[in-house]
Amino acid sequence: MALDVARIKKDFPLLQQHVDGKRLVYLDSAASSQKPQAVLDAMDECYTTYFANVHRSVYKIAAEATERYEEARGKIAAFVGAPSPRGIVFGKNVTEAINLVAYTWGRANLHEGDAVVLTEMEHHANLVPWLMLKEERGIELRYLGIDDDYQLHLSNLDQLLDGAKLLSVTAMSNVLGTLTPVRHLADAAHAAGALCLVDGAQLIPHVPTDVTELGCDFFGFTGHKMCGPTGIGALWAREELLEQMPPFLGGGEMILDVRLDGWTPKEIPWKFEAGTPPIVEVIGLGAACDYLDSIGMDVVRQHEIDLTAYALRTLHERFGDDITIHGPADPHDRGGVLSIAFRDVHPHDVSQILDTQGVCVRAAHHCAKPLMRRLGVGATARASLYLYNDEADVDALADGLEETGKFFG
Amino acid sequence: MPGLEDLYREIILDHYRNPRNRGELPVPPAHRVEGFNPLCGDEVVIYFVLEGDRVADVRISGQGCSISQSSASMMSAAVKGKTVEEARALTRAFKAMMSIHEQSLDRPTDGAEGDGEAVAPDPNVKLGDLEALQGVVKFPVRIKCATLSWNTLLQGFDEANGANRVEGSAR
Repeated sequence: MALDVARIKKDFPLLQQHVDGKRLVYLDSAASSQKPQAVLDAMDECYTTYFANVHRSVYKIAAEATERYEEARGKIAAFVGAPSPRGIVFGKNVTEAINLVAYTWGRANLHEGDAVVLTEMEHHANLVPWLMLKEERGIELRYLGIDDDYQLHLSNLDQLLDGAKLLSVTAMSNVLGTLTPVRHLADAAHAAGALCLVDGAQLIPHVPTDVTELGCDFFGFTGHKMCGPTGIGALWAREELLEQMPPFLGGGEMILDVRLDGWTPKEIPWKFEAGTPPIVEVIGLGAACDYLDSIGMDVVRQHEIDLTAYALRTLHERFGDDITIHGPADPHDRGGVLSIAFRDVHPHDVSQILDTQGVCVRAAHHCAKPLMRRLGVGATARASLYLYNDEADVDALADGLEETGKFFG
Repeated sequence: MPGLEDLYREIILDHYRNPRNRGELPVPPAHRVEGFNPLCGDEVVIYFVLEGDRVADVRISGQGCSISQSSASMMSAAVKGKTVEEARALTRAFKAMMSIHEQSLDRPTDGAEGDGEAVAPDPNVKLGDLEALQGVVKFPVRIKCATLSWNTLLQGFDEANGANRVEGSAR
């Protein structure tokens, strides 16, 4: 079933806007997605009818807030295919999820000389926490490279995993759109006696995801890229790992008992959630899961494959050798992230001209500087597609590039 | 809304397409200093030779957008042959022009969008061609592109000054 994008667009109030008389063409969903009315309504309803702190009081609205908050955890768990909500730990984004693993599991299990395997296409969120542990503990970092077809170079995978304790890898590159073979990577990690952490920030919003089928041990994701609010993300982990891991931050909410000479943590997942949580954001993320489920993630994925194919075809036909799109050629191997080099015009200037046409793209290193160095570029102009984009949006991008070409001669 | 012609003046595009003083200089005798804009990944590397207190030669390398590259090119042409003090005065005047506080934009100015320190420009310093970059102020996110090379040059002067003092005291 094809996606009715005209109807979807109506669900997103921000997309109805015009900027300087031009239709707003939002092509920056890999940075953050727009929010449907249903998510805004769910958050508004909480604030205006049943808001109270959770897990504390017996009065009616506090009980309802707690119930709806934990109900949202259940929706989010189901959305990612987690066997139980007990495996879902809330944090503010995927960066916090990965840091949680590095601080708790990492500090309990990684010692001088232990190896962690990463890839050259990681976001800084999956590099810096491990670089920090390298400085602090003297762990060894090894990197899977990238082939010229923008796929991970796998021929030395077993060699890199030999003796390693953890493989931490993105499921979809935020720069190239490359979908990595997570199941294969997780199986290889386990065969080598290592655990597997997956950065799912770009995967979850766009591709039907089941963490059990992926076979990984940790899976981090973020709400604001999947139609949810900012300030809420989650770590899913196998429950027996969470049971063994020491807590993360200390404070209220995460304790069963506190004495002047000690403390006892709560059970999972709450032992990792210190302080008042982002209650309304969790409820908003639950509503985002409902919204995406109502459309069907398989329908979203098919729409993005079709639209990415259209975009690649259109841009290559119209601009030929003037354009390079860094990423896999086959839309089935990638998400709708188009990292564009246009002639020799700097991405910053490309995005400035596109802005005058109402077209929003990101121009920068996309928090993946090692990958930029590997590609031999300082930055790219990145257009990223989502369920509310259509062929007219891609055409607006192409028209904007045409203007850019004229302007810079 | 300010138009693109405010940002991309012809002289700016000319310096972007035909950058002046592009290249490197042997270190030493040249001083070398790097500047980064973490927002967009722009990098500038400035080489300059001091003869006494005069900037005898300057070269620019690195990569970046049209605004950062043309600003660096125009800066190189403007400071070459000047004394360090004259170049510092020019930098103050340029940064004052780039300061959002000077402009009546219809948004609150808390200093976060502007470029840093308080500057007291000498009214006698003439900016000449550099005034073409004034339109950048209407595009606040691009101000850091325009000031990157100037801040880097100031850092280079400070480092050269420090190095000279160390050398001087060692003698």
